[in-house]
Amino acid sequence: MNVDSIQNGIVIDHITEGMGLRLYQMLELDKGEKSGSVALLQSLKSGKYGRKDLIKIEGEAIPPRISILGYIDPQITVNMIRDGRIIRKESTVLPKRLVNVIRCTNPRCITSTEAGCDHIFNLTHSGRYRCIYCNAEFHSAASK
Amino acid sequence: MRHLIDPLDFGMQETEAVLDLADRIAANQDAYIDAAKNRKLATLFYEPSTRTRLSFEAAMLNLGGKTLGFPAADVSSASKGETIADTIRVVGRYVDIVAMRHPKEGAPLRASMFSPVPVINAGDGGHNHPSQTLIDLDTIRQRKGRLHHLTIGFCGDLKFGRPVHSLTKILTRYEGNKYVFISPEELKIPKYLEEDFLAPSHAEWYETQDLEDILPKLDVLYMTRVQKERFFNEEDYIRLKDTYTLTEDKLESAKHDMPVLHPLPRVGEISMDVDDDPRAAYFDQVQNGIFVRMALIMALLGICDPVMGKEVLLHEC
Repeated sequence: MNVDSIQNGIVIDHITEGMGLRLYQMLELDKGEKSGSVALLQSLKSGKYGRKDLIKIEGEAIPPRISILGYIDPQITVNMIRDGRIIRKESTVLPKRLVNVIRCTNPRCITSTEAGCDHIFNLTHSGRYRCIYCNAEFHSAASK
Repeated sequence: MRHLIDPLDFGMQETEAVLDLADRIAANQDAYIDAAKNRKLATLFYEPSTRTRLSFEAAMLNLGGKTLGFPAADVSSASKGETIADTIRVVGRYVDIVAMRHPKEGAPLRASMFSPVPVINAGDGGHNHPSQTLIDLDTIRQRKGRLHHLTIGFCGDLKFGRPVHSLTKILTRYEGNKYVFISPEELKIPKYLEEDFLAPSHAEWYETQDLEDILPKLDVLYMTRVQKERFFNEEDYIRLKDTYTLTEDKLESAKHDMPVLHPLPRVGEISMDVDDDPRAAYFDQVQNGIFVRMALIMALLGICDPVMGKEVLLHEC
């Protein structure tokens, strides 16, 4: 299967097989006005991982929630494309802040009752995410 | 605009500037009787409180200001389902500053995100109580003359006791402090205090269950109540509530200048025979509470200190 190369935009590569659609939704690529085409490719052959998913996003605009990639799938690489060439290849890092990516499950936290309250977590010294409201640590088994 | 939501919201210099102002107020109360004239404080208390609400209101009245508010959630629009965000946007248009207590952790932080006026966290569940922390610091500084190179013992409910968490966090900013956490196994300090505050500051600390053994080594003792309202299981509360009782006899082995602090109310953890001991500092904390809250209101409102002729600057971030 062939999908045209993009001239300008980004390629999110090495997505764990099966994670592509979830990532597409979390980056909200299905929302808002699009400046270019978006392609989600699933179960591509990969020399490094066997199979992988991949997302191509055409256009100058970078998805505002791109920093969450490091949390969702740390094996991802992001290629920046300009004039048909890769000008930068970046590994992902854990973002300092997550907004509405994970949810606070502490029943004593204001997020459990306040309508319209974003679930916001900050990365701590110890490499864990804590709710900014109640400082509860996020445990991945609960809702990732 | 600045708020006080977490004890670490103020930098070290800012914290000490507020404590210095509190001390000036204590020394010359008459000079401050009109400092907040024509200003209004709202006390939004979504759960009952005696000393904190009255202390904030007394502080504002002492400054010549006025107060309004509600003492419980069932007499506010919260009972109709109004959000914190909406309540604060409304109340913030009536007053100059807000003190909020709420049973949900993070509610005052949420309020501060929408408030047109400064918000003071007057206690959010078992989480933070930063004005209490300022009072504790002020009392330790008065008694010991410093906030560094002290061995501080925390005793009782260290798991749910918010004053313990807040005071530990802020004291790790000061050099050379050592911490002894005295509690039953079930009420030990949360791991995040170790991982995010004690370890990064290279502090020395250790945990024990034996109060009497450690007493002679302490410069400060901070006692806490085992709080019934934090337990889901009453059997656990009954089993743990009387684990520690400080008595005058036990204090014989302690240093002669070791202040005993307690955020109050106490139940059985400090025997009444300790009250007359000069080391008992818990009623000093209550008195200091008024002066610290007066200083805090002045600092957040940017009111000029009539004694110094300038504002208490809050400029660090």
